[in-house]
Amino acid sequence: MAVPPELRYSKEHEWVRVDGDIATTGITDYAQEQLGDLVYLDLPKVGTAVHQFEKLGEIESVKAVSDIFSPVSGEVTGCNEEAMKSPELVNQDPYGRGWLVRLTLSNASEVDKLLTAEQYEELVAQERAE
Amino acid sequence: MSNGESLRRSPLDEQHRALRARMVPFAGWSMPLQFAGILEEHRAVRNQVGLFDVSHMGRLYVSGTDATELLSRAGTYDARRLEPGQGHYSLLCQDDGGILDDFFVYRVAADRFLVVGNSVNADRDREQIRGLLKPQINATVEDRQESTVMLALQGPRAVETLAQLVGPEATQGLPRRRCTETQWQGETLFASRTGYTGEDGFELVTSVEPGRALWEKLVAAGVQPCGLGARDTLRLEAALALYGNDIDTTTNPWEAGLGWAITLDDGADFVGRAALEAARARVERHLVCLMALGPGIMRSGCVILQGGEQVGRVTSGGYSPTLAASIAMGYLPSSLAAEGTNVEVEVRGKRLPARVVPRPFYRRPAAPPGSQKPTPS
Repeated sequence: MAVPPELRYSKEHEWVRVDGDIATTGITDYAQEQLGDLVYLDLPKVGTAVHQFEKLGEIESVKAVSDIFSPVSGEVTGCNEEAMKSPELVNQDPYGRGWLVRLTLSNASEVDKLLTAEQYEELVAQERAE
Repeated sequence: MSNGESLRRSPLDEQHRALRARMVPFAGWSMPLQFAGILEEHRAVRNQVGLFDVSHMGRLYVSGTDATELLSRAGTYDARRLEPGQGHYSLLCQDDGGILDDFFVYRVAADRFLVVGNSVNADRDREQIRGLLKPQINATVEDRQESTVMLALQGPRAVETLAQLVGPEATQGLPRRRCTETQWQGETLFASRTGYTGEDGFELVTSVEPGRALWEKLVAAGVQPCGLGARDTLRLEAALALYGNDIDTTTNPWEAGLGWAITLDDGADFVGRAALEAARARVERHLVCLMALGPGIMRSGCVILQGGEQVGRVTSGGYSPTLAASIAMGYLPSSLAAEGTNVEVEVRGKRLPARVVPRPFYRRPAAPPGSQKPTPS
């Protein structure tokens, strides 16, 4: 299971990559593995204001539907249309071609409330043990 | 299911863990949800061949000179119609016609039947059939769920795979719904040309140790192990009813399209007969096939609407890997059940347009001429 050290993570298994005031988000490798084959993504429209830890969209695997939550607050500037057409990209490359939503970050300090890679790995280890 | 409650384990549990299957609780059992992934397993069955552990299914052997009488009383399909080597789909009903289970009954020999029912109903089936025994009836009902393994080998390459690994006796001259007993590692192997996937294939029952060896040999030969996830997507494409979702004790079987499992014309006095005769004249809705016309996945429980009014509910729904769209089954009033009828399905607060389409969603391509050589029975 991949957990890139440069990213920050939510307890709901989303990741965020911050570059200046641009944040790119997606779901983690662990999340895609747990969900199984993804077949449908419902992502917000450009311009939508989203809030940290609130619902960002829905992601459906063959067997179930799950909400995805925004790891940070901001305004949506783009969604991954390639992944919406081919959701298997999220399974294959969750931190790369399978990214989900891009936002302009409205409060950079929110990132401090997120887990580091190390903390996220601990969380996953706990969940696996349960 | 809570962690405290102990789950029954398949005799193949160790094999599943060795293959790193994801195990889930199902009907009181710990069974594999997936091995390689639901889509990959689904495609293996549609295009090649896949192997399912279905040891959680109920297996009752009914034997004795009155076994036929007992089963013609228990099931809605008259067991007296079956010749040795034949099987048929049937229903186990209560007096009011409610469906206790749907099952396959095989006449293995003149005085010996195998009844394969749903795992969730296995105990109830056994007690229902045993409850019909009387001192003057010479029949025994033996539960062999613990002492046997049951596998389903499904897909267009199932015949050649089984013939190669077990021997041509297992497959030769075995048309659809026929069954036979052959030998495997010195033990009896039951093989029937049946399944729950919409593909050609076999269901196989044998004792635990040879069953494990058969599983391992098939997997070693490259057959894709498949879990409950693919079993569900495959059966939904084939529009096969799932007990607990599409049918239960409140279902009118005629509305579910299961009239072919009920024989009323040869006078068998089966449990629920009078109620089912009445139900036949009272068909007000139909189990229909729905295909989504937009993005989103219809799931069990979703409300079906027309003109903003609720007209039904989805009983089974999901994603069809073959059609790359969401498909579902649900009951609609007869007036809305015609193919081409447009409805909406409420999916998590949004209304998804959908259409009534022909049943089933998927039908396997006809076998090329000369590829099957049925022998006279």
